[in-house]
Amino acid sequence: MSTATQEHRGTDEPHDQAAPGRDRGVTPAPGLPHRAWVEQIMGMPISVHVRGPRARDEVVAAAVADLFDELRAVDARFSPYREDSELRHLQRGEVDLADASDEMREVERLCRTAWARTDGWFDAWHSRPDGLFDPTGLTKTWGVARAARHLDRLPGLGYAIGAGGDVLLTPPPDGEPWLIGIEDPRDRSRVLATVPVSEGAVATSGTAARGAHILDPRTGAPTTQLLAASVVGPSLLWADVFATAAIARGASAVDWVSTLHGTSGLLVLADGSVHRWANAV
Amino acid sequence: MRRIVIAIASTITGLVLLFSWPTSLNRGAALAAQPAAGGTGSGTSSGSTGSTGTSSGTSGGSGASSGTGKGSTSAQSGSSAKDGTYTGGTAQTRYGPVTVQITVKGGAISDAQATNYPNGSRTDQRINAYAIPVLNQEVVQAGNANIQMVSGATFTSYGYLQSLQSALDKAGL
Repeated sequence: MSTATQEHRGTDEPHDQAAPGRDRGVTPAPGLPHRAWVEQIMGMPISVHVRGPRARDEVVAAAVADLFDELRAVDARFSPYREDSELRHLQRGEVDLADASDEMREVERLCRTAWARTDGWFDAWHSRPDGLFDPTGLTKTWGVARAARHLDRLPGLGYAIGAGGDVLLTPPPDGEPWLIGIEDPRDRSRVLATVPVSEGAVATSGTAARGAHILDPRTGAPTTQLLAASVVGPSLLWADVFATAAIARGASAVDWVSTLHGTSGLLVLADGSVHRWANAV
Repeated sequence: MRRIVIAIASTITGLVLLFSWPTSLNRGAALAAQPAAGGTGSGTSSGSTGSTGTSSGTSGGSGASSGTGKGSTSAQSGSSAKDGTYTGGTAQTRYGPVTVQITVKGGAISDAQATNYPNGSRTDQRINAYAIPVLNQEVVQAGNANIQMVSGATFTSYGYLQSLQSALDKAGL
């Protein structure tokens, strides 16, 4: 697997008004050191940004490496493409769920919970034409949230992990929230909205990158009524599940999202209209 | 009478700070001091720091966990206020000045809305961060905002090369 690593170092000096970044619109928050890493895992880019006085310490770099390692392990276990993954063994019936790993059984349980919490619209048993159990819609964010614990151990450090369009955040020590852009599914060079988040997650599902790939579990047909669904909430996994379920639901998601307490977000309908919501806890 | 109503309106300024949440769509204005869903809980600054010195004894109440801040406070004075719309004094909060307008119908407050929200993006962001984050409505070209991460439909490894996120990562911030 390709794991081309890029590493981008932030500067230590506080940025002033004339910092070159400002001209490009990428303006670092003043003050705290910042550092970013990117690796390709599970066929998608995983970006890790950290902010804090010790952002440049080697202990942080080591923790980020541990995070990437854990994601590679998640990929090895749950990949639907690698014939030797535990998921493929399960799908081929070579192993029973009861004998599967703790991780596999946890993910399967979460899939059942997700099915119930979305009235069946997130359905890991009907997410692909061949009808095999496939938790891929959930393992990515499950794995990221799990791997993030390597960074949680570091005091005085805020992080933003972007995993192929889903983002997990914790606050930097200065309390300055991260500013997250919501991509416009009709023009991916544009940002449709921004949302400041100190702690929590932003997940987006949609058809912009991979076409209509989310199936309506009731008809088996690809859903096309929504171009994108973005959910902001406290949990990365659940924001992702809800975003995926909204796409599967289609236009009726406009009503459904009002039931998602403690979340905000937006839906982009096929006609380009945008529905926003923000629900109290 | 009018003084009483205005006093109530000013008090509600504080209450709205505590409870208000733009549940209706596209209200856009992002102001609320509810504890964050993620449990960060800090910074909710009880709202009624009003400079108007009202003493109607209603504020506080931070125990309430939900509510849209609309009209739930009864005007307990008994004497019926005239129907109409009243604007309260401007309260100085730690986030900036807040003004609330109330609508009285049948002697009771039927609606309360903040008409003047704190401005200044930094401040707004901080408020939002401690409440449920609200998505603003500005459409911006990538690179014209101080964005640090992008949420979008799943990038493929190839698509990433052209993506906004790639540019942000490269900028190293």
